[in-house]
Amino acid sequence: MDSQSTDNAVTLEGSGLECIRDDRVLFSGLDFVLGAGRILLLEGRNGSGKTSLLRILCGIRLPEAGAVTWCGEDINRLGPVYYEYIAYVGHRDGLKLDLTPMENLAMARGLGNPNPDTSPEDALHRVDLLGFEDIPTRNLSAGQQRRLALARLLVTRAQLWILDEPFTSLDVHGIELAEELFHEHISLGGMLAMTSHHAVNLDSARVHRINLSA
Amino acid sequence: MNSASSSAAFVLLLRRDLILAFRRRSEMLNPLLFFVLVTALFPLGIGANPVLLKAIAQGVIWVAALLASLLSLDAVFRSDFDDGSLEQYLLSSHPVSVLVLAKVLAHWLITGLPLLIIAPLLGVLLDLPWDSIKILMLTLALGTPVLSLIGSIGVALTVGLRRGGMILSLLVLPLYIPVLIFAANAVETAAAGLPITAHLSMLVGLLVLALSLSPLATAAALRVSLS
Repeated sequence: MDSQSTDNAVTLEGSGLECIRDDRVLFSGLDFVLGAGRILLLEGRNGSGKTSLLRILCGIRLPEAGAVTWCGEDINRLGPVYYEYIAYVGHRDGLKLDLTPMENLAMARGLGNPNPDTSPEDALHRVDLLGFEDIPTRNLSAGQQRRLALARLLVTRAQLWILDEPFTSLDVHGIELAEELFHEHISLGGMLAMTSHHAVNLDSARVHRINLSA
Repeated sequence: MNSASSSAAFVLLLRRDLILAFRRRSEMLNPLLFFVLVTALFPLGIGANPVLLKAIAQGVIWVAALLASLLSLDAVFRSDFDDGSLEQYLLSSHPVSVLVLAKVLAHWLITGLPLLIIAPLLGVLLDLPWDSIKILMLTLALGTPVLSLIGSIGVALTVGLRRGGMILSLLVLPLYIPVLIFAANAVETAAAGLPITAHLSMLVGLLVLALSLSPLATAAALRVSLS
């Protein structure tokens, strides 16, 4: 348990979380508190349940025991209200390859709570994809598609970003860009729950690590 | 989220799916081609006997339309599941049922509406009189949306399975049968000079029922498939 979030009312809290997959207990009795401006970094071996935990935080998967609460309310009861506050980038990018980057971002914007300060063009600029607005997403490289998926985070006003291996297929420059985005989001009071195999270059005072293999 | 922005999301998703279909036109033609081929092969298979053809025409056209619709069903959520878009719908701040309705409407416009448009031509091919063709069109207009709506529940349940095609047919076909019975029978009844109000009322009833309940069931089924 961690008491890092007492200064702000917004919290994501997990209590007594248990996840069972194919009769194997991946984790049980897992507790954490994540407050504004904080990062939850999940570590652990392959198959230790990192992705499952992130999907539980999204409310896509139900925990076998325990509950996830957002500001004290069970996320599965909040439903769409909770989804106004979160954005998720899974290991599948959630992009339509036949659409252009602009069309993909317009769709992401429409599905969530649009951010009035960041247009799709701004978001593309932030991930260094200007000049690629009108070519099919299919023609982008894997790293560029990943950056486009991350740009999706910027066009909605989500406070909590849930990211499953966000650095996959990014090059050094791409990782720098992504870390810059995360820094900015955190310093503006955003929250981050993520898994990563890379050493993450983020302010360690703000990071709360959970090792699922331990 | 208020309902105005949810309807904006509905329109956005509908438009996006139509754009996607337009960029992959060849896939769109598959069910239509199937529909035309099956219907056109019947006269060759059973002989060009006008009386016989006229008698079975409405049944043949309806069965072909039903199978064509079943054939195209898997496409409603398959690509969304594969590329992760489906997760994004579930995590949208709009009701999932609204988004589902947009997807199903788009699917019907892409695969159902072309069947409706080409059906009169096939009616002529099978020597149906003009009055019967008009009623056939009417039943197709009322019936094919029901097929798409019911089918979406089955697809949502089976989209997580790697080979769900067989289960999908088994799940969905029994639910298609009432539509088939009332629709195909309406044409025959009208040809005999009897009123078909009862048939049409049943079809309208099924449509209203499917329209109101199937998006909710589909949304729930998608949650099950993704969890």
